[in-house]
Amino acid sequence: MADQQTLRETDDAPFPRLTRSMEGRLVGGIAQGLAAQLKLDPIVIRLSFVLLSVVDGVGIAAYAVLWMITPRRQAEGPPPARDWSQLAAFTAIGVALAAFGWITGAAQGGIGMLPFAVGGIGALILWQQADPERRKTWVSGATKGMRKNRVRTLLGVVLVVIGAIGFLVAEGQLQAARPGLLFTAVVVGGIAVIAAPWLAGLSKELQLERRERIRQEERAEVAAMVHDSVLHTLTLIQRVSHDPREVTRLARAQERELRNWLYQPAQDADATLAAAVRRIAAEEEDSHGVPIEVVCVGDTELDPGGRLGAMLNASRQAMVNAAKYSESPVISVYAEVEGEEVTIFVKDRGKGFDLDEVPLDRMGIRESIIGRMERHGGNARVRTEPGEGTEVMLTMKVEK
Amino acid sequence: MIRVLIVDDHRLFRSGVRAELGDSIQVVGEAEDVESAVKAIATLEPDVVLLDVHMPGGGGQEVLRRVLGSGSQVRFLALSVSDAAEDVIGVIRGGARGYVTKNISGRELTDAIRRVADGDAVFSPRLAGFVLDAFASSEAPSIDPELDSLTQREREVLRLIARGYAYKEIAKELFISVKTVETHVSSVLRKLQLSNRHELSRWATARRLV
Repeated sequence: MADQQTLRETDDAPFPRLTRSMEGRLVGGIAQGLAAQLKLDPIVIRLSFVLLSVVDGVGIAAYAVLWMITPRRQAEGPPPARDWSQLAAFTAIGVALAAFGWITGAAQGGIGMLPFAVGGIGALILWQQADPERRKTWVSGATKGMRKNRVRTLLGVVLVVIGAIGFLVAEGQLQAARPGLLFTAVVVGGIAVIAAPWLAGLSKELQLERRERIRQEERAEVAAMVHDSVLHTLTLIQRVSHDPREVTRLARAQERELRNWLYQPAQDADATLAAAVRRIAAEEEDSHGVPIEVVCVGDTELDPGGRLGAMLNASRQAMVNAAKYSESPVISVYAEVEGEEVTIFVKDRGKGFDLDEVPLDRMGIRESIIGRMERHGGNARVRTEPGEGTEVMLTMKVEK
Repeated sequence: MIRVLIVDDHRLFRSGVRAELGDSIQVVGEAEDVESAVKAIATLEPDVVLLDVHMPGGGGQEVLRRVLGSGSQVRFLALSVSDAAEDVIGVIRGGARGYVTKNISGRELTDAIRRVADGDAVFSPRLAGFVLDAFASSEAPSIDPELDSLTQREREVLRLIARGYAYKEIAKELFISVKTVETHVSSVLRKLQLSNRHELSRWATARRLV
């Protein structure tokens, strides 16, 4: 309420027109509007209206006139609900004051006003706490704020009691017939004023506070993530904008990171085959700047014997070859686990080559892929033709 | 000339797609949310709708539900940055005839649109992978054996799509015509949409939580 109001204040022109705010209004929004205009707490305006109304009805008349002549300012969003607990409290204060005035004639002034004033100040102190804005600070301030508040509550109660007793002492002799009634009214009224809005507001505030805190934590986490990765990458991209390959690499790396964060919250890096294939593809994509699309069907734990490990190394070599030599815009990797058979395909749409013309000393294909697979009991086939792209097919049997 | 409507909440992306599409495609309109999409489809009657999966107001699935629910025969090609299984399976079961990711090249997108306009299906490699995965775990007794499992040939076609093969390459690899490849893919699409294997949706949801 009050924070929205302060926001509006700063948004508005230096001399804004008086308007009735729909947000945080209790009756017509006059006090809220006046408070915004005079840069005061609306509590002060509201108490003034209540006091003026009690003294000789001026407050009610003034409020009615203002209500008629002040334009209404519509709130955005759904119509805000009134804070009924506050309204009830103000009404209770008003009624109590009026009753005092009527019973004692204190409204006409004189010494009777003194306890009246003391009690009023006590109520005001308590009232301050019932204002959601005040409480927000001590709720978040946990125990320290709580202790401070207890002192204030005590002070408020003591002042109200002193006011009440003082009143009874001053008036009791004159009005011998009425003290019982009066005492009851004072106590009941006092307790109602003190406790009701305080408790109602307290639970409401605690709920709001908790919800707000959860929301803020989530937002902070997202903000941190966006800042550390996305903003960082965007800056890097601007700096290397002359190098399309590097831009692609950065963008892909960022995309991958973001996807993992969004869709695959907890994946153990190297526990399974699919995870390992994805990781290897990501690493090679990163170092060569060529997009590698990975599709995995089925999954299995990595074997302790290291056969799948060897297969993964062979697949890495195939990806490196494709990224370095094929000039293909994109590389497709498909890993499938079906029963006891594990298959990995690495395909590009690049320029291809003639397998027979590969020199014997080119370790990439003969040793790192075919030789490695055969040594571990697997099998590798390379299918390629100049202009037709290349596909490396790796198969390995694993015991389940 | 194939008449296309682009539905996406990102203006930049819409104009990018517009620029990339070939001459054989005519973009008749754009829409940026569920409401405007439903209205535009009713008034413009495009052949193919390029449908974004994530949009304000319920997303692509809501557009599918409202348009196809009213008996329209318009064909949808889902286009998304998300490749979460839940989204992919969701829009296909909602009635889209294909699913491709947004990093697809302009030429491939043009091909995909033509294929969808002809009544065929378009599967991205990842969608093919999802389908293979989802239909692989078929230990539960199926209610309708025809709908609830894939034939050997369909499996082969899907596997090749997942490996990154184009339809033409698949036809060559399997010694069949491109038309036959298209028939197999359409048949898989039908199974995917109609099969009431309860695992399918459950699988897609669980996949996200792995």
